[in-house]
Amino acid sequence: MPVTPTSPAAPTPAPEPGADHTVGPGLEAVVRLVDGAVAIAGRPVLRGIDLTVSRGDFVALMGANGSGKSTLVRALTGLRPLTTGSLELFGHRLEHFDEWRRVGFVPQRTGAASGVPASVWEVVASGRLTRRRLLRPLGRADRRAVADALEVVGLADRARDGVSQLSGGQQQRVLIARALAGEPELFFLDEPTAGVDLPNQHALAASLARLKERGATVVLVAHELGPLAPLVDRAVVMRDGRVVYDGTPLADHEVHQPWLGEAHSHHHATHRDRARHDHAPHVASPLGTHPEEHHR
Amino acid sequence: MSTLELFSLPFMQRALIAAVFVGLAAPVVGTYLVQRRLALMGDGLGHVAVTGVALGLLTGTSPTWTAVVVAVLGAVLIEVIRERGHTNGDVALALLFYGGLAGGVLLTGLGGQSASRLQTFLFGSITTISVADVVTTMVLAAVVVILGVGLSPQLFAVAQDQEFARVAGLNVRAYNLLVAVMAAVSVTVAMRTVGLLLVSALMVVPVATSQQLTRSFRTTLVAAMALGTVASLGGLVISALVPAGTSVSPGPTIVLLALAGFVATWPVGVWLRHREQLRAPFPVDPDAPDGAVAPLCPEVVPGPADHRHDEEHVDHDHGPDCGHVAVPHGDHVDYVHDGHRHAPHGRHYDEH
Repeated sequence: MPVTPTSPAAPTPAPEPGADHTVGPGLEAVVRLVDGAVAIAGRPVLRGIDLTVSRGDFVALMGANGSGKSTLVRALTGLRPLTTGSLELFGHRLEHFDEWRRVGFVPQRTGAASGVPASVWEVVASGRLTRRRLLRPLGRADRRAVADALEVVGLADRARDGVSQLSGGQQQRVLIARALAGEPELFFLDEPTAGVDLPNQHALAASLARLKERGATVVLVAHELGPLAPLVDRAVVMRDGRVVYDGTPLADHEVHQPWLGEAHSHHHATHRDRARHDHAPHVASPLGTHPEEHHR
Repeated sequence: MSTLELFSLPFMQRALIAAVFVGLAAPVVGTYLVQRRLALMGDGLGHVAVTGVALGLLTGTSPTWTAVVVAVLGAVLIEVIRERGHTNGDVALALLFYGGLAGGVLLTGLGGQSASRLQTFLFGSITTISVADVVTTMVLAAVVVILGVGLSPQLFAVAQDQEFARVAGLNVRAYNLLVAVMAAVSVTVAMRTVGLLLVSALMVVPVATSQQLTRSFRTTLVAAMALGTVASLGGLVISALVPAGTSVSPGPTIVLLALAGFVATWPVGVWLRHREQLRAPFPVDPDAPDGAVAPLCPEVVPGPADHRHDEEHVDHDHGPDCGHVAVPHGDHVDYVHDGHRHAPHGRHYDEH
């Protein structure tokens, strides 16, 4: 399916690198994070993050591995608690936010297959849980939303197939359809293109273009944009747990320019393992607490 | 004694009722355990429940209820360890399991009970089940089935993807605890039928069997319940019908019958999966000109070298019944032929 060419974002003047992205008058802030910080097992990972996403934005969180972009998306969904700062979703502070039906989360692909077979339709239908009441069967509106979500990602003909029969890229599209089935207004996608072959990246871009046309707000984590590049209105580049750029989209190669790192002090050399970027040392013990398991 | 007379005996009828309820309930929980890759959790809870049984024997209270209480406590503890624990939490679980088994054997000895009394719980004694135990079994099994089937959308979502479930606003911890408690309850319910050491088989083997042939969660769950009931009833009937003089206990018969079902379906599952793999569509190159799924035939446009006519070694027309594997490729079908991919094009075949 060809990617619908969409015009770039509203012609705002390109802010300076590191400048605050301010919301224009009349635009509702869907996500507002002020001075956010995240610590994993007591070690600061994200520091001093200000991020405001307004309705209809298509934001790409970019940066090298270990720069904290996935942690930021997990903090924005409430999966990772903030140590300081305040987070508002749709104008409500996270502690009081209970309209999870307005949020669609697409985690990294690992969760698509499990120990028991599940059909594509069943996985997508589980996205309706945000709108279903306990012990009620699926209604007509639910079935229509599931069918519509499958159609958007182009997998309507695979609905009855098992998820494990699909390729990695198709599984990623199933996860997008699952989020879509809940008819949310705000989407968070964690590395949707990682490890996905080129044809599926194009199919993914086509699905996201459909979401954008419908006025959805999208925040996605991407190491490289690839076919998604024409959709992105705004790029936020992370480096070592801080935002170093927030403004008009950058080409993939620009993200990794050395000047983007100048916004923070130079202490890279102290990191022994740059590639893995361990946030907390691992201490193995049968009954010990996993440092990664402290969320919510 | 004729077969009919045998099945009209009260103890046999109680055993049959218990077998049906246990066969229905155990695979329900087993499905969620297998989905979360915790297939051995039932086994571990069975070990923990041994201590509960021994406590009941020691204090003179009903071993079924003390086993339920201890197994539920053990299940909650396992769930807490699993939630907060490190990746090698299985070591912690092992510690708990062996503690449960050793504690049970020690307590039975302290209480002056003979090993054979404990053995009826370890390996089952469905034919000695009392009326009160049958009622308990029916009630607990019904609760497990109703919760496990009624809450299946929520339990499925939580077991499939915890992070997604959490962002969807589900109370993941509560649902995880519910599955653990349901597992503990079904362990003790099945204890009189197949015994604590074999209970996990009735939870897991029907699920393993049904997922050889199924592609969706719902059919896996329903088929596992059916298989569990068949195995449970069938094992009991087989052990009752053996000629006099031989002694066949129902518990192991039920488990071996369930395993026989798995052995019978496994090759079918292997074959089905292999066939699906062969017939998975070939990928389509999105950058191909004019949306063509493969380079155009050189008869139309001079094309790249990897694309050739191939007429020589095709001695028949490829079609739905030609015997070659047909694989969808974009808007047409490729036929796999001696390691080649033949796509019909006019009156000849193209190499794709």
